Amino acid sequence: MNKETSHTLNKYAQDKYKYGFVTQIESEKPKKGLDEEVIKFISQKKNEPEWMLNWRIDCYKKWLKMSDPQWANLQFPEINYQDIYYYSAPKGFEKKPKDLSEVDPKLIETYNKLGIPLEEQKILAGVAVDAVFDSVSVATTYKGELEKLGIVFCSISEAVQTHPELVKKYLGSVIPPGDHSFSALNSAVFTDGSFVYIPENVKCPMELSTYFRINAEETGQFERTLIIADKGSFVSYLEGCTAPQRDTNQLHAANVELIALENAEIKYSTVQNWFPGDENGKGGIYNFVTKRGLCKGKNSKISWTQVETGSAITWKYPSCILKGDNSIGEFYSVAITNNFQQADTGTKMTHIGKNTRSKIISKGISLGNSQNTYRGNVSFLRKADKARNYTQCDSLLVGNKCGAHTIPYIDSKNNSAVVEHEASTSKINEDQLYYCRQRGLSHEEAVSLIVNGFCKQVLQELPMEFAVEAQKLVSISLEGSVG
Amino acid sequence: MIFLNINNLNVSIEGKKILNDFNITINEGEVHAIMGPNGCGKSTLANVLAGNEDFEVNSGKIIFKDEDLLEINIEERAQKGLFLAFQYPVEIPGVNITPFLHAAINSKLKNENKSELDSLSFAKLLRKNAEELGINSDMLKRSINTGFSGGEKKRYEILQMSILNPELTIFDETDSGLDVDALRIVTEGINRFKNPKKSFLIITHYQKLLDYIHPDYVHVMRNGKIVKSGDISLASEIETSGYQNF
Repeated sequence: MNKETSHTLNKYAQDKYKYGFVTQIESEKPKKGLDEEVIKFISQKKNEPEWMLNWRIDCYKKWLKMSDPQWANLQFPEINYQDIYYYSAPKGFEKKPKDLSEVDPKLIETYNKLGIPLEEQKILAGVAVDAVFDSVSVATTYKGELEKLGIVFCSISEAVQTHPELVKKYLGSVIPPGDHSFSALNSAVFTDGSFVYIPENVKCPMELSTYFRINAEETGQFERTLIIADKGSFVSYLEGCTAPQRDTNQLHAANVELIALENAEIKYSTVQNWFPGDENGKGGIYNFVTKRGLCKGKNSKISWTQVETGSAITWKYPSCILKGDNSIGEFYSVAITNNFQQADTGTKMTHIGKNTRSKIISKGISLGNSQNTYRGNVSFLRKADKARNYTQCDSLLVGNKCGAHTIPYIDSKNNSAVVEHEASTSKINEDQLYYCRQRGLSHEEAVSLIVNGFCKQVLQELPMEFAVEAQKLVSISLEGSVG
Repeated sequence: MIFLNINNLNVSIEGKKILNDFNITINEGEVHAIMGPNGCGKSTLANVLAGNEDFEVNSGKIIFKDEDLLEINIEERAQKGLFLAFQYPVEIPGVNITPFLHAAINSKLKNENKSELDSLSFAKLLRKNAEELGINSDMLKRSINTGFSGGEKKRYEILQMSILNPELTIFDETDSGLDVDALRIVTEGINRFKNPKKSFLIITHYQKLLDYIHPDYVHVMRNGKIVKSGDISLASEIETSGYQNF
């Protein structure tokens, strides 16, 4: 590597996180650590019915008997679950504010700073936003307009009150609480997240989006999201995440469940930009996320798109269970790791129904001292006649201290299944950089252009409103100033 | 103004000497051709002018538009009006020519303290120039050089030159790998671009390219230096009797 390249890489490695500020607001927390009392505290704060509390307690008991999964290619000290706050809300938040006039201006200001205006006159056109701050939903925009179509878009805490029958039926139906320790933990202590129900044959006319912000110190965030697309409906949903810059690690353990009934389609996009830790690997979010979609009905489709640039540790495998005949699962991923970040991410495609199809496009970019692993599991069950999978995993290495790993598992119990797998690993090429610079682009512009080109196949899957933002974020993760 | 002056330039790569007290002067509006056998240092010259960091300049001077070229880096040289048409243009998967060239031209305009081009005027300019070079709009939608034939790549280089509008263009064996038709299209593009303000340095192995472009000067290069200079008749001499007489 020549001098100029190593100079630019060093500069990238030292770049700072843009969303590292802290909102000074008085918050309310239970005692530290986890026991039944804390779970009761959370449930009470949310004014939950008894069945919900009982469900939480059951899950807690399951969790007590489990240990954390160890198979990922990640290294970090054991998490001390008694050293975390499990709930944190701005004071006086027992009831969600009816409108913005009741919301603390500091909170509104926080979201403005993050580029997510909540005020009616400034809200993003064509995008409905649910803003989650630590453990509570602060505001949800465009709610009224969506209600006219019968669409339910609210926080999960509200849904427990207003749509208990749907929550009871579907919560935990795709991710059983006993699946692994993080799903059990989340089920016991989940605080907020979004709930979406799209009625039969309704195409949701706008993007639905949740913005997760961690603010309080030493607090875990346990997001829970549930999206149900009834027969023949369509919805596109996007989540974004940021957190302040701190030198201690924080835990975010989310559970997201999607259910697509006959002929329904759910498109779920994530732009994850949690604080990644500093250039020496200090601090950052531990992001342990379980996302799973069930293509329950015939001809249904679930598509996951993720741009993962943040977090000290990412452990995340958005998956599809293709149960309905002819159903389709897709996974498009860009994961960028820099400095000492570690990502172990990928997907699981489980083909159960006939003629089910899945497609996986994964792009991993490693810089600095980071480690980036793609882990995929494609399985075909006995009845999955003529099911097909196509997988493409590309890794790009920038510099020579980082690592890229590809671990695909394929398991077929049906002879007619067709699997295609393509993988490539490349280094950013000096000839390409030379070519770009000879045309007058700076070294940084050239790297950003090449990396964006490498990710293009995935970025173009994002909703249009966010594709440009994501492209900028990719550039920023590389260097901090372009955009 | 000194347009381009190379004075006693010595260049090596990994300790091996490639350019050996090399000298040349090119004035505004002149077309120079450098011919020479494989390994004489022709391509090294092109890359040293462009600022490629793989080569080590041991001594000597390069003045371009009154400025010490060796003091500035690759992109600064490009922004100052130096363009290298590559012998083997590299593929850049996923990167489309429109944002690429748009960013490139704007960095040049910015450097010249001129106002930058907005997307619409740039798109118009690109389409017009592409049309003139017989590049169809489908080709503009593809990733840079990716899956292009040799001829298509070279035409793309000429297109980029016509947009960036450099004062000095260096052609590094642009004729290599081209059939007669492609050669004609490429040279027509170059000829259309010629004017009294623009200078060219054409590096080639064969005379054929020079039949189309008509240089003002022809130089023969051996062992890292120019051994003979003359007019176009020198090229015909090489064509008939080869390089061994020089």
